[in-house]
Amino acid sequence: MLDVRNLNVWFGHPPERVDAVREVSFQVAEGESFGLVGESGSGKSTILRAITGLVDTWSGQVSVAGETIAGSRRSRAFHKTVQMVFQDPYASLHPRHSIDRVLSETLRLQGMDGIDGRITRLLDSVGLGKGFRFRYPHQLSGGQRQRVAIARALAAEPRLLLLDEPTSALDVSVQAEILNLLADLRREHGLTYVMVSHDLSVVGHMCDRLAVMRGGELVEVMGVADLRAGNAASDYARSLIAASLGYVRDSA
Amino acid sequence: MADRTMTRREWLLSDAPQSRRQARLGAAYQGWRTFRRNKLAMLGLIILVLLVLTAIFAPWISPQNPYAQNLANRLQPPSGANWLGTDALGRDILSRLIWGSRTTLFIVGTVALVAPIIGLFIGTVAGFAGGWVDQVLMRVTDIFLAFPKLILALAFVAALGPGIGNAVLALALTSWPPYARLARAETLTIRRADFIAAARLQGAGRTRLLIGHIWPLCLSSMIVRVALDMAGIILSAAGLGFLGLGAQPPLAEWGAMISDGRNYILDFWWVAAMPGLAIFVVSLAFNLLGDGLRDVLDPKGAKE
Amino acid sequence: MTTDAPLISVRDLRVSFPTRSGTFEAVRGVSFDLGRERLGVVGESGSGKSMTGRAILGLVRPPGKVTAASMTLDGQSILNLPQRRMRKIRGQRISMVMQDPKFSLNPVMPIGRQIVEAYRQGSNASRADARAKALEMLAAVQIRDPERVFDAYPHEVSGGMGQRIMIAMMLAPDPEVLIADEPTSALDVSVRTEVLNIMDRLVRDRGMGLIFISHDLNLVSQFCDRVLIMYAGRIVEQLDARDLHKARHPYTQGLLNSLPRLDHPVERLAVLQRQESWRDGQTFEGGA
Repeated sequence: MLDVRNLNVWFGHPPERVDAVREVSFQVAEGESFGLVGESGSGKSTILRAITGLVDTWSGQVSVAGETIAGSRRSRAFHKTVQMVFQDPYASLHPRHSIDRVLSETLRLQGMDGIDGRITRLLDSVGLGKGFRFRYPHQLSGGQRQRVAIARALAAEPRLLLLDEPTSALDVSVQAEILNLLADLRREHGLTYVMVSHDLSVVGHMCDRLAVMRGGELVEVMGVADLRAGNAASDYARSLIAASLGYVRDSA
Repeated sequence: MADRTMTRREWLLSDAPQSRRQARLGAAYQGWRTFRRNKLAMLGLIILVLLVLTAIFAPWISPQNPYAQNLANRLQPPSGANWLGTDALGRDILSRLIWGSRTTLFIVGTVALVAPIIGLFIGTVAGFAGGWVDQVLMRVTDIFLAFPKLILALAFVAALGPGIGNAVLALALTSWPPYARLARAETLTIRRADFIAAARLQGAGRTRLLIGHIWPLCLSSMIVRVALDMAGIILSAAGLGFLGLGAQPPLAEWGAMISDGRNYILDFWWVAAMPGLAIFVVSLAFNLLGDGLRDVLDPKGAKE
Repeated sequence: MTTDAPLISVRDLRVSFPTRSGTFEAVRGVSFDLGRERLGVVGESGSGKSMTGRAILGLVRPPGKVTAASMTLDGQSILNLPQRRMRKIRGQRISMVMQDPKFSLNPVMPIGRQIVEAYRQGSNASRADARAKALEMLAAVQIRDPERVFDAYPHEVSGGMGQRIMIAMMLAPDPEVLIADEPTSALDVSVRTEVLNIMDRLVRDRGMGLIFISHDLNLVSQFCDRVLIMYAGRIVEQLDARDLHKARHPYTQGLLNSLPRLDHPVERLAVLQRQESWRDGQTFEGGA
């Protein structure tokens, strides 16, 4: 479904050029849920931005559902196959657009028909009733906004959903709701997920396999069973796992 | 359709609007409620509404013909017959002020429409396109900014010939650069926002992003800025009139009226003071309105 | 260690804000004592946990209103003191560490000078003494090269280091109480442990009282001695940290269950069903 080989992403020009991602390769199979884990600045979100063309300074071979992509231009078919959910639900919805406008514009851009019916179904599928249709983002809570963002991503009926820290801006109880929703949607629509997160327990809950990133490089790829068992090959991954299990007082 | 038991107010303030129209009206009503709390802004709005009404009904409410000269009755102080006195040609100042409001509104209205639109267009295109487009457009803006506004307007009018149409053109052409700057700065922050990225991932093209997503967000700060700048535009228009490059006699225009009165300012103060007062009140009203609009449209910039 | 009397004692604290539709009470009758311990305050956004911390520090801005039956520091009332006296207390006796160091440090002043000024505000130390103290504090928060950091500007240091610098700055005047509002939420897990270690040591070695405000129930339970759980402006449960798994309030239980855990895989996460009755129900006291 997604094949990334030797991906390099950089910002700026030499001498101030910063290499955000270096020689990263991984594959995600159809129907799989893949996690990208790392601390801030490890380049995990940048990979998603390069795949979607939001960053154009990258090199390497990336193909999505068999289509090879380059630069920042993406075909219509790409937008129908791949969609993304952003980290901050407060920033990812246009403050002056009602939900109706967000969804209908999206549907129209994707060349859909029967827009009224589709909006109702989309809102239903993310657990928001019809009553939300004409609201503005400021009338919604963080969790509700993220549901709208998920509905927008689903509008194109994509096969691959890129999730960029979808719950890190939310309260834990709301996080549980959103994670459950994402799991349900994946089952219903047979979606493939690539989920970026700094939270190992979230990735452990949601994903089948994960890649650990550090300083722009891929440290290792492991299965979730290994993650739970603490069987990481690298020291770095092991220390991340230990740290995410919680705080242990150093020497009493 | 709507619940009969709901009052109109509840319908407007509903958190779960049932239709596009209700949502829009509800948002507008919320804004109006915020605006209404600002007493001074309401005062400004009332003054401006009165001004517009005055301009519309000028032929009916002006007590005398603003152009009728009566040299026997020149430079009369305010009295029962001429409430605000008469000018050097014996014309009734109140009537001239009332008719002058039409000229003022025409100038201000046109400039306020043209300049921000040019500025919005240039600024957002520059900010959104980036690269050399941005460089070229912004250097042009800088060149315009580098000239004092009134001097540049003077040059335009001198080249095009005096007259009210050319004055408007000159003012519009000289007052867009700050708007372009403002719009560009806003665009630079907006274009990095996630919601723009999200729209791009839906396949939205540049034109759509610019018009549908960026303009609505720039618009509110533009409106606020225009309202606050309005006083300056009135004064510039009056300045051109004062220099004899705006409206031509005998057309009533507040700036030109002050200019007429300056020869007598010590002995017959009302000739210059009355139009000056009118300019002052209207400028103040626009400033107050701008403040109120900022509360409504741009909560970030509001006080505190 | 002098006595067992609480450092801070709060009774029936209320913070309210006027809004368009009447008054909004952000904190509704919070009472607790803080000894020389690590006290965790946990809640979700809007639970009033941060507002509680701000109220103690006198940082609630008008039109917000703070009322309480009593609020004392070492037996002295600190409720609604005039700004000038409150500033003195904030500088010397209670300090606060905020969530994001980026917004708490002055971006155009070298770090060292900021610490020196903060320190000199509360004491009459000479410049040289203050400088020595600042370097000592930087070393105390595990900054390897204090001299270099002393002359650096805030944008030249990482987030984790910025947070440690904030702590150094807050600790320079030797406060009795430190209020930390989500001090580690903006930090990566590896740095988080370090920052927590530093605060932990300070409580142990200096006998300081710590109020640790966080949304992370797990972290608080591992780091603190005692936990207050807040919901809708009230404390709904208070218990010893090690008894957290014995929590009885359905809200606390719900919070615990809704967390995904590495060591307990589940098919579906439990979703918290909020109940209106929690807003005014009884407060559970646990872990006797």
